[in-house]
Amino acid sequence: MRRTTHLAAATAVAIALAGCSLSSGETTQQSTAATASGPAGSSARPVKQVVLVTHDSFAAPKELLAQFTKDTGYTVKVTPSGDAGQVANKLVLTKGSPIGDAVYGIDNTFASRVVDAGVLDPYTPKAPAQGSQAYALKAGGDRLTPVDYGHTCVNVDTTWFAKKKLAPPRTFEDLTKPAYKNLMVAPGAPTSSPGLAMLLATIGRYGEGGVTGGWSVYWHKLVANGLKITSGWEDAYNVDFTQGEGKGDRPIVWSYDTSPAFTVKGGTSTTAALLNTCFRQVEYAGVIKGAKNPEGAKALVDWMQGRAFQQALPPNMYVFPVAQDAPLPADWQKFAKRPTKPYDVAPATIAAKRQQWLTQWQDITSK
Amino acid sequence: MLAGLAVVPLAFLAIFFVLPVGGMVGRGLHPDGHWAIAESLDVLGRSRIRRVLWFTVWIAALATAITVLLGVPAAYALHRLRFRGQRLLRALVVMPFVLPTVVVGVAFRTLLSRSGPLGFLGIDGSWVAILLALVFFNLAVVVRTVGGLWESLDSRAEESAAALGAGPVMVFRTVTLPALMPAIVSAATVVFLFCSTAFGVVLTLGGLRYSTVETEIYLLTTNFLDLQAAAVLSLLQLAAVLVLLVLTEVSRTRRERAVARSAVPHPRRPARGDAVPLALTALVVAFVVTPIATLVVRSLRVDGRWSLASYRRLGAPSSTDAVLVPVTEAIANSWRTAVDATLLAMVLGVIVATVVSRRPATRRGRRGLAVLDGVFMLPLGISAVTVGFGFLITLDRPPLDLRSSPVLVPIAQAMVALPLVVRTLAPVLRSIDPRQREAAAALGAGPVRAWLSVELPVVWRPLLAATGFAMAVSLGEFGATSFLARPERPTLPVVIYQLIARPTGESFGTALAASVVLAVLTVVIMGLVERLRVGSWGTF
Repeated sequence: MRRTTHLAAATAVAIALAGCSLSSGETTQQSTAATASGPAGSSARPVKQVVLVTHDSFAAPKELLAQFTKDTGYTVKVTPSGDAGQVANKLVLTKGSPIGDAVYGIDNTFASRVVDAGVLDPYTPKAPAQGSQAYALKAGGDRLTPVDYGHTCVNVDTTWFAKKKLAPPRTFEDLTKPAYKNLMVAPGAPTSSPGLAMLLATIGRYGEGGVTGGWSVYWHKLVANGLKITSGWEDAYNVDFTQGEGKGDRPIVWSYDTSPAFTVKGGTSTTAALLNTCFRQVEYAGVIKGAKNPEGAKALVDWMQGRAFQQALPPNMYVFPVAQDAPLPADWQKFAKRPTKPYDVAPATIAAKRQQWLTQWQDITSK
Repeated sequence: MLAGLAVVPLAFLAIFFVLPVGGMVGRGLHPDGHWAIAESLDVLGRSRIRRVLWFTVWIAALATAITVLLGVPAAYALHRLRFRGQRLLRALVVMPFVLPTVVVGVAFRTLLSRSGPLGFLGIDGSWVAILLALVFFNLAVVVRTVGGLWESLDSRAEESAAALGAGPVMVFRTVTLPALMPAIVSAATVVFLFCSTAFGVVLTLGGLRYSTVETEIYLLTTNFLDLQAAAVLSLLQLAAVLVLLVLTEVSRTRRERAVARSAVPHPRRPARGDAVPLALTALVVAFVVTPIATLVVRSLRVDGRWSLASYRRLGAPSSTDAVLVPVTEAIANSWRTAVDATLLAMVLGVIVATVVSRRPATRRGRRGLAVLDGVFMLPLGISAVTVGFGFLITLDRPPLDLRSSPVLVPIAQAMVALPLVVRTLAPVLRSIDPRQREAAAALGAGPVRAWLSVELPVVWRPLLAATGFAMAVSLGEFGATSFLARPERPTLPVVIYQLIARPTGESFGTALAASVVLAVLTVVIMGLVERLRVGSWGTF
């Protein structure tokens, strides 16, 4: 009995020591960042913090952030705040009392909401990245600076179709043909960002009505042809897709244009993206209105369009840099083909119709 | 003095729950400075909302019933009997509780999809899959809550009944069940609330065909920013929780009473009569282990071969492998957060449980305690989205400028763990005969001394169970945490979500490996807590 008492007491003490509180961790983190900034940062300029509000997929090497501190004197505090939609909504909800200085990760499907709500300050980098203008917003381009982009498209398992001696589909129309019945899986539009992109791609292709009957008629046909819908891209690709990690039973999937670069076996890719079915998502950065450190936020936006960060985008966040002169990984150059004319829906239209489209989509797909 | 104590947890609840939820509901019902009640009521008229309400109620009720029916026999076998490997099984049953929903979703879908081993059942994407997953997640609640009380029940009452000629069924029905009822009701309430607010599982396993109130609030808030409809649904959730609490309160006060208990548990070897509960327990264990085994297998398969590559990547430095932080560091973060959250939940939980288990002489006093007991259940029944966004818009000014502070994460987790702690401890405390305390007082013991010598010996084991539970909740919690603006110290579940969303097969493998590590970590912690139980603390 004594021994048990001691054991329990020792464990309690150990827990208290090992666990301790989070507040102590915060200071350590800041001091390491400051140390990493080196003598130049600490002697020349006072180290000041800039808070970056971003989505959960944000990933940048520590050395890169340390370099930013060295160059500008600002340390970056990264605050992941959910997915792109949650980030946008948090900015809107906290208008007048912002949760950070700069934002990164708002995409063209949420851009209008943020711009219209007036939660950003105008800012454009003085030396924009080469070719980045092509990705600028038409409305609100003075508030959101493009950083990167990516496409989602129909992907097919070419080995599966070769084995079945069946020609893979090539267009959106093909997907509704009986030959491809029960062969496709896609993430859902209300719960997944790639899923929303697929809905928008079909809206871009078919429009809202007219002679073809619009996107809703097309989706009725897709569902009738056995389209399987999952909540996230994760399980569409990794459970149901034949070339995913789970070796599922559906050889057609809605995925990224870079996906073929991740299914390379013996020098060739086993999958292909249908480049005439793609939707483009551009991610932007901006300065939050009412920022405590607006100068730091501007420096951060500049830096995100700078060479070092642009170059780090593909291997860390799996997106294409807007800077045309930034080098791409070797596998990407070879296997990740980009569409030349992706479908497009104006951000303002998306903002205005998002709820209506998604409700309609839910009605079509939940039967 | 007790009433004074209760102020601390109440203030905590007011600041970290009532204020944020009130803030969000206020934004929805009172936009642009005027009340919009009529428009808000229109929300209830939408046919979609009515369908969603109905689905939520029946799926949660059905899942609760099945969880209780399977959980009670398992509690008996794992806490009342004694056999080899029992500790391991107890820890195994709790594993699902900490696994991130997205990972469980992948595991279940791997099993159930048409090409999977259970594909012939044809339930992928159906409500049956949702139901199974809800039971999977919540079995631990029933097993631990009921088992904790069962273990310390004095078996002599049962033995006397048997000696007087009652058959096993009769003994269970007339002696054991009434004594266990408070714990069963307690657990069932918690499970129902967990089921009705589950959202990740519903979306993943239902293939978006089914919506619950919780998934609807999630979509309305994070996708449409339709705060009005979200507010109406949040109020509905609130009303539902209140109704549920009143119902359980009625059944509880009718049944609850002091029961004889023994300070030293008397587990016995399984006998022939235990065949049915043992068989059901085997079923429960198989049900829990199968999806987890799927995970383990998938984490060990790389490009069609067995490999430890995914595990080797767990400690990889961030720059080379594009992992935001090495998983090892995330484990450390998780551990620190869990310790903070557990301490907080335990301190507050013990206070609340002690206060609500008193028996005031007046009717009004009793009612007051029932209300107090109920309010701490509220966080379980209210959408994490509402609370999370509420933090952002209400805790933004000094002295409560906390929304981007790291303390919010353990606080949010403690709020989820707190009702579990209270529900584990309160039934046990209530079953203590108040005359023991009176006797102690009569013998000159102060309130603290009386608590140490009367309550602590009885409550010691449930206290450990609750600690382990709180820890497990905190280690696996993702819902509430994901809606906060977190500082850059991701916990393990957060890293798993990040990894699994990356478009490379490698990251997927690493995510699964990390989930296995999280599950194992939990089993180890629960196992250690179990070990601490040895010896009798009731004898000093």
